[in-house]
Amino acid sequence: MKKVLLHAALIAGGLLTLFPLLWMLAASFMSNGEATTYPPHVLPHAATLEQYRQLFVRLNIGRAFFSSATIAIITTLFSLLFNSMAGYAFAKLRFRGRERMFGLLLAALVIPAQVGMLPLFLLMKSLGLVNTYWGVIIPSLASVFGIFLIRQFMLSIPQELLEAARIDGAGEWRIYWSVVLPLARPILATLAIFTFMTTWNDFMWPLIVLSDQSRYTLPVSLANLVGEHAQDVELMMAGSVVTVLPVLALFLFLQRYYIAGLMVGSVKG
Amino acid sequence: MSREARAALFFLAPALFVLVLFFFIPVIAGFALSVTDFDLYAIGDIHNLRFVALRNYMTLLRSDIFWTAFVNTLYFSLIGGPLTVATSLLASLLVNAKAARFKALFRTIYFAPVVTTLVAVAIIFRFLYHGRFGMINRALDAIGLQGADWLGDPRWAMPAIILVAVWKNFGYNMIIFIAGLQNIPEELYEAARIDGAGAWKQFRHVTLPMLGPTFLFVGIVTAIGYLQLFAEPYVMTKGGPLNRTLSAVMLMYEEGFKWWRMGYAAAIAFLLFLVIAAATLLQMRMQERR
Repeated sequence: MKKVLLHAALIAGGLLTLFPLLWMLAASFMSNGEATTYPPHVLPHAATLEQYRQLFVRLNIGRAFFSSATIAIITTLFSLLFNSMAGYAFAKLRFRGRERMFGLLLAALVIPAQVGMLPLFLLMKSLGLVNTYWGVIIPSLASVFGIFLIRQFMLSIPQELLEAARIDGAGEWRIYWSVVLPLARPILATLAIFTFMTTWNDFMWPLIVLSDQSRYTLPVSLANLVGEHAQDVELMMAGSVVTVLPVLALFLFLQRYYIAGLMVGSVKG
Repeated sequence: MSREARAALFFLAPALFVLVLFFFIPVIAGFALSVTDFDLYAIGDIHNLRFVALRNYMTLLRSDIFWTAFVNTLYFSLIGGPLTVATSLLASLLVNAKAARFKALFRTIYFAPVVTTLVAVAIIFRFLYHGRFGMINRALDAIGLQGADWLGDPRWAMPAIILVAVWKNFGYNMIIFIAGLQNIPEELYEAARIDGAGAWKQFRHVTLPMLGPTFLFVGIVTAIGYLQLFAEPYVMTKGGPLNRTLSAVMLMYEEGFKWWRMGYAAAIAFLLFLVIAAATLLQMRMQERR
C-alpha cells in the first residue's frame, strides 16, 4: 500500500514536471490557432512543420541559433583553458598568498553580477565591443565557480606524479598539458557542459550588450518575438523547442558529468 | 621568485586578468558610479559627470517605485525560496526512498526543468496561464473550478511567477538534498528505530538535523538566485500589472539601460548587493546557532 502511494506521488510529480515541456512540443506541431481551440487539443490533429518553416524561413531564427552556438562554443573552449590553468595553479603549485587569494575569490561568489553590469557595459562601449559576440563572451572567459571546480578535482591528483615528471625534465607547461589535463578529463567534461548550458541559457547580459537583431541570441530573440507574436502560441512554442532542445539533449546524454559537478559544487558551500 | 611561483603566475594570469578587469573592477566602479549623477549627458560628454555623494540613495529610499520593486523582490524570495526548498526536499525524499523504483528516471525528469532555458520556460507558462485559452484554466474548468486571468490580475501575478520558479528550480536543490540524504549513516536510523521512533520521528530527529549543512547551502544559493529575479517578469508581465511583479533587477535594468540613469541604477544594484550579503550572513548565523 505504502509502495503504491509512493509511486503514485512520484508519477504525479513527474507528470506535473513534464507537462509544460510536452505541451510545448505538441503545440509546436500544430497549425495556426489549433492550440487555442475549444475543446482543447492536447495533441495536434495533423502534425505539421509549418511553425518551424515560418521560424526558419520568414523569421530567420537560424541566425539566432548560429549566434547562440558561436557564443556558447567559444566561451566554453576559452573558459576550459583559463579555468583549468588557474585551478591547476591553486591546487598544485606552491606560491605565497595562495590560500588567501583563493578565499577572496570564493567570497566573491555572493556578489551579484548586476553590481558590475553597468560599469562593465561602459567598459565594453569604450572598447568598441558593444553589439559584438566578443562583448558577450569576454566577461565569461573565466569564472570563480569554474576555477573552484577544477581545483577541487585536481587536489586529488598525487603530487608524486608531478615531481616525477619534473625530475624527467618536463617543463611546467608540459606537466600541465600532458600529465595533469588528461587525468582531469571527467571534470573538464563537467565544466564544459556547465559553461555551455549557462552561456546558452543566459539572458540579461546578451540582452544588454547586443542591440542589433541580427546578432541576438536565441533567448533574446524569443523574448523579442513574444512581443510581436503574443497570439501565435504555436509559433512561439516552436521557437521554445528550438531553444530548449539542444541543452536538454546535451543534458540527457551527459547528465552523469553534469550531476557530478553539482555535487562537487555543494560539498564546500 | 621560485620556479614554481613563476609558473603559478603564468597559469593564473589569463583567468585573473579576466576576473579582475571584467568583474572586480566593474564591481568597485559600480559603487563609484552610484555616488555620481551619470546619465545620458555623461555618456555624451564625461565632463557632465558630477559627484553627488549619497543623493541617489536618498532619492531611491524616498521613491515609491523603488519600495514597490524591493517589496516585490522580497515577496518573491521569502515565499518562493522556502516553497522551492520544501518541494526539493519532498522530491528528494520520494526519489531516495528505499522502496522507490526507476530512481534514475524520476531524478532525470525532475531535473529537466533546471537545464531548460528560462526565457523559453517563461514563454511556455505565459500561454499556460492565459485567462481564456490557457491549459491551467481549462484543467480547472474541467473539475468545476473557476480560474483567473493569472498574469493579468494584480493579486495573482506574483504567485503565478513564484510557481514557475518552483517548477524551474526545485530539481537543482533536489540533487543536493539526495547527496545529503545518502551521507546520513544508516546506523542512526537503526538506533532511532530501536528507541521506538516511527517514520515521522526519524525524519524529525535524524534526517532534518543531519541535513543542516545541506539546508544552509541550498538556502544561500536559492536566496542569492531569487533576489536577482529578472527574466520571468521581463518576459511574462513586463513588471505589471500595476507594477506588482516589478523586481529590483528589472528596475535597475530599466533605469540603467532604458533611461540611461546609470548612477541611479548603480545605487539600486548596490542596495541589492547589501540585501544579498545580509541574507547570506543571516542564514550562516542561524545555522551556527542551531
